Order: sequence, then C-alpha cells, then structure tokens
Amino acid sequence: MLIKNTASSALKESQLTNESHYLERRSLLKKLGFGLASIPFIPSAQAGLFDIFSDDPNAADNSGLIFKRDPLTYTSDPRYQLLTPLTPEKKILQYNNFYEFGTGKSDPFEHAQQFNVQPWSLTIDGLVDKPVTLNYEDLLKRFDIEERLYRMRCVEGWSMNIPWLGFTLATLLKSVSPNSSAKYVRFETLVDEEQMRGQSSRRVGGGIDYPYVEALRLDEAMNPLTLLSVGLYGKTLAPQNGAPIRLVVPWKYGFKSIKSIVRITLTDKEPVNTWKKIARSEYGFYANVNPEVDHPRWSQASERFIGEGNVFAQTRKDTLMFNGYGNEVAHLYKNLDLKRNY
Amino acid sequence: MKISVRGIFYLKVVIHLSAIATLTWLAYLVDQDLLGADPVKELTHFLGKTALNFLLLSLAITPVIKRFKQPLLIRVRRLLGLYSFAWVSLHLLVFIWLDLQWEFLLFFDEVIKRPYLSFGAVALIILLLLSITSITAIKKKMKKSWLTLHRFVYWAALFATIHYYWSVKSGLIEPTIYLAICFYLLSERKQYFRTLLKFR
Repeated sequence: MLIKNTASSALKESQLTNESHYLERRSLLKKLGFGLASIPFIPSAQAGLFDIFSDDPNAADNSGLIFKRDPLTYTSDPRYQLLTPLTPEKKILQYNNFYEFGTGKSDPFEHAQQFNVQPWSLTIDGLVDKPVTLNYEDLLKRFDIEERLYRMRCVEGWSMNIPWLGFTLATLLKSVSPNSSAKYVRFETLVDEEQMRGQSSRRVGGGIDYPYVEALRLDEAMNPLTLLSVGLYGKTLAPQNGAPIRLVVPWKYGFKSIKSIVRITLTDKEPVNTWKKIARSEYGFYANVNPEVDHPRWSQASERFIGEGNVFAQTRKDTLMFNGYGNEVAHLYKNLDLKRNY
Repeated sequence: MKISVRGIFYLKVVIHLSAIATLTWLAYLVDQDLLGADPVKELTHFLGKTALNFLLLSLAITPVIKRFKQPLLIRVRRLLGLYSFAWVSLHLLVFIWLDLQWEFLLFFDEVIKRPYLSFGAVALIILLLLSITSITAIKKKMKKSWLTLHRFVYWAALFATIHYYWSVKSGLIEPTIYLAICFYLLSERKQYFRTLLKFR
C-alpha cells in the first residue's frame, strides 16, 4: 500500500533546519580537532567540560566512556517527514525510559554506556516457516536502511520528533514466512543482569518482571509504518535508545516500542505485554495514542513537546488521534471500541 | 543545652539563606538549561518537593520542642510554613505558566478530574489561608478560631504527600518515605485526630 503525502505530514526541505544545524556543529567540532573517534577515550572530567562548551550530544557522561555509535548509510523517504522541528539529538540521547538501566530519565544515559551489543543475536521464531537467527552484522546489512522522521508520544505526556534509521518490520516478517495461524507478534528484550542494573535489583528496575515483553497484532506489525530501528540521527543506536535494534510504532504510546530486542515470536494468542501486566487498569494491549481516552491519572489531550531551548522555550501541543497517523492506521481499528481497548 | 534567643536569630538567618541559595541555584540551572530534556517537569517536581520539605519541617518543630525541651524553636515555625507556601506558589505558577501555558480551562478541568491534582489543590488552598492568617493582627482578631484553622495544616501535609505519591508513574520508594514521615508526624498529634473522631 502506498502512503500518500497528506498536507498534515508533508514537509518542505527548508523546514528541516535542526539536523543541518546539528551537522554544522558536528563539522565545526571536527575542525577544532575534537573528532568523534576521540570521544570514547575522553575521561569523564573532560567530558563534563566538553558538555558545557561544545554542546556535544555525546558528551557529559559521569561514568566515564561513551558508547561508540557508527555512521550508517541510508536512503531518505520523502513520505516520512515532519512539519515541526526535530528534537535535538542530545535530548534524545539523555532523556529515556529504559527501566533495565534504572527508572530515572537520565539513568539509561548514565548507566548504559558500557552496554555490549556485539555479539548480538535476534531470533525470529514461532509460527513461521523459516525461523532465523540474525547476528549484529545481519541487523545492519541484511536489509536496506532508510531514514524516517516520526513523532514519538510517551504515555506520560511528553513527545519528541525523531529521525529514525531502520527497515520495516514487514520486510523482516515476510522473509521468515509467517504461517496462516499466526495472529500476533511477541517481542522480548535482552535479559542480562550483569549489564542491566535494573534487572539485578528490583528496586533499581522499578519492580518489573523481566524480560520486558511487548506485542502487536500481525496486521499492526505488517503496517508499513512499523519500523525496526537500528539507528537515529545518522548513526547506530545508543544503548539508552535500544541498541542494537528496537521497535518503533509511531501511532502507539512509546512503551510499545520495545528496545534491545533478542526474540520476535509469532503466536496465535494475544501476549500479555509488560505494562499491561503491571497495571492492567492503566495500560492496555493496544496503547494507541488517543487524545480522547485519558490515562486514569492524567489527561492525554495534549503533550509537552521536547524541543530546542530551555525551560521558557518549551511548548505544549494538542495530541493527535493515532499520533497524527490516522490515515495510515485508523482502518486497523474499525470494529474496535478504543475506549475499552486502550 | 537550650537554644537561646540569639540562636533562634541565627537559625532564621540560616533558613533565609538556604532559601535564597536554593532559588539562586535554581535560577542558574534554568538559565544554563541544565534541567535535562524535560526541564518543565523537573522544575515543577523540584519546587513541589521543596515546598513539601518545608511543610514537613514545620510540622516537626512541635515534636522536637517537646522531646528536646526547646521552647524557643516555636519562633521559626511560622517562617518554615510561609516558605512552604512560597515554594508551593512557585510550583503552581510553573505548572500553569510553563506546563499548561495559561490554559485555564485545561487547568480547572484537570484539577477537578484528577484526584491527585485535587488533593494538591486542597493542600495549597489550606496553606494560602494559613499564610494570610499568620499575620499577627489577624491572628489576634481570630482568637480561638485561629488554632482550629491552623490545625488544618495536618490535612495539608497529608494531602500534599498523597498528591506526590499519586503523581508518579512508578518508583514509589521516595513518595513512600515521605508518606511514612508524614504519618509519623501526624501520629504525634493523635489527640487532635481522636477528638475529631469523637466529635462525629
């Protein structure tokens, strides 16, 4: 199915200022002799200084070294652009929910830099004809990588605009030939107590039973919007963003977009996703962005956009049905009561 | 050792200085954009928690006076309470201004709809009334009813702590500690709650 350009999601080239700003800054840094390659070896004290003077998105880590992100080659699809500016890379890298590394928003950045993604193994199994296990190189090389600018809306009421790199989940699923009995796709995050401090301590990990599990209906998984991301802002993912591979489902609340995936299983029964298991009255299976269905404890009608600038520059905007992707996905839920299936 | 009048004076100076220092530090963080990626939320939480700290501190004064026989300490209680109100006013201001961007309709809608916000609002209104009536002239005019009104501070503390507890998505450890401290401080006022129950 071809997704047509709609007035609401089209973007002129000239409006994409943020990334070019970012690239300018990066090239300036390089000219100054602070090449990217040297950043992983800068000790923490210096990295802190760096942060103040350079505004480098990878700087300022108090635990020492910074995870190294490699540049990716990719194509850009003009259909997936945005009207509003991107969230600065630094904020995407330093403001995360990834309870495996701690429940605070800065915990993942502070405690995930030593995370090891090589070797990696992603198994696709269950009700498929051709189960497969992919290693780290496969993730980056087997499929063509494209860039897509998506809105990301967190169930907590904040949002970002993110330039993802990746390939559609549909591409991967087609390559394993799902059986006709497959109805759902279940995803699982890595369990590694040594690397993930939230998994070795219930206190640090917010009392979650790991592994973190998410799931989609097969038709949701096959939707051309559903992305398996391996990078953002031109480079491979940082651990706090779900390296080496994570799901991106832009019309659903962020917690559906599971990180650091090790297993994708096709099943015929609706899996129970982690947040639904924790608080069934607050988080459901679908978790579609919906301004008309409030979270029991807060409104979902609007959101704080995390953008450029300090506290006085922050903006609030209306939350859009299906996060603005209604044209692409509304048909999936024609016969579904979205109030009950939140 | 008893705290002297001079000691109380110094204590007040310390309280003022710590408030000024905190505010200056906060202004620096705001100016330098050091409040993280979602600075509005960070600022709101910081102000709310500081207000709660001052409120609980003001409630700790009486038990400390009794246990350590330091009657003069009563003179710093009003100051602590007023600072609590000052911080909670900033907390509300930041919420309405920087978070909701003056959308009053959304504000009132949310305060009515969300129990955690309703609890916070009630706590704030109590602190507002207590602050106004803390002026000596008004206090004198109110006579006995002043005490009745000012005992509502217990409810303010309880509601504020619950407001905090309900506002978090997960990570209940810190709010639970606050709740425990609040319960402990209220348990020092058993008599008040007992009388209340009998009255019914």
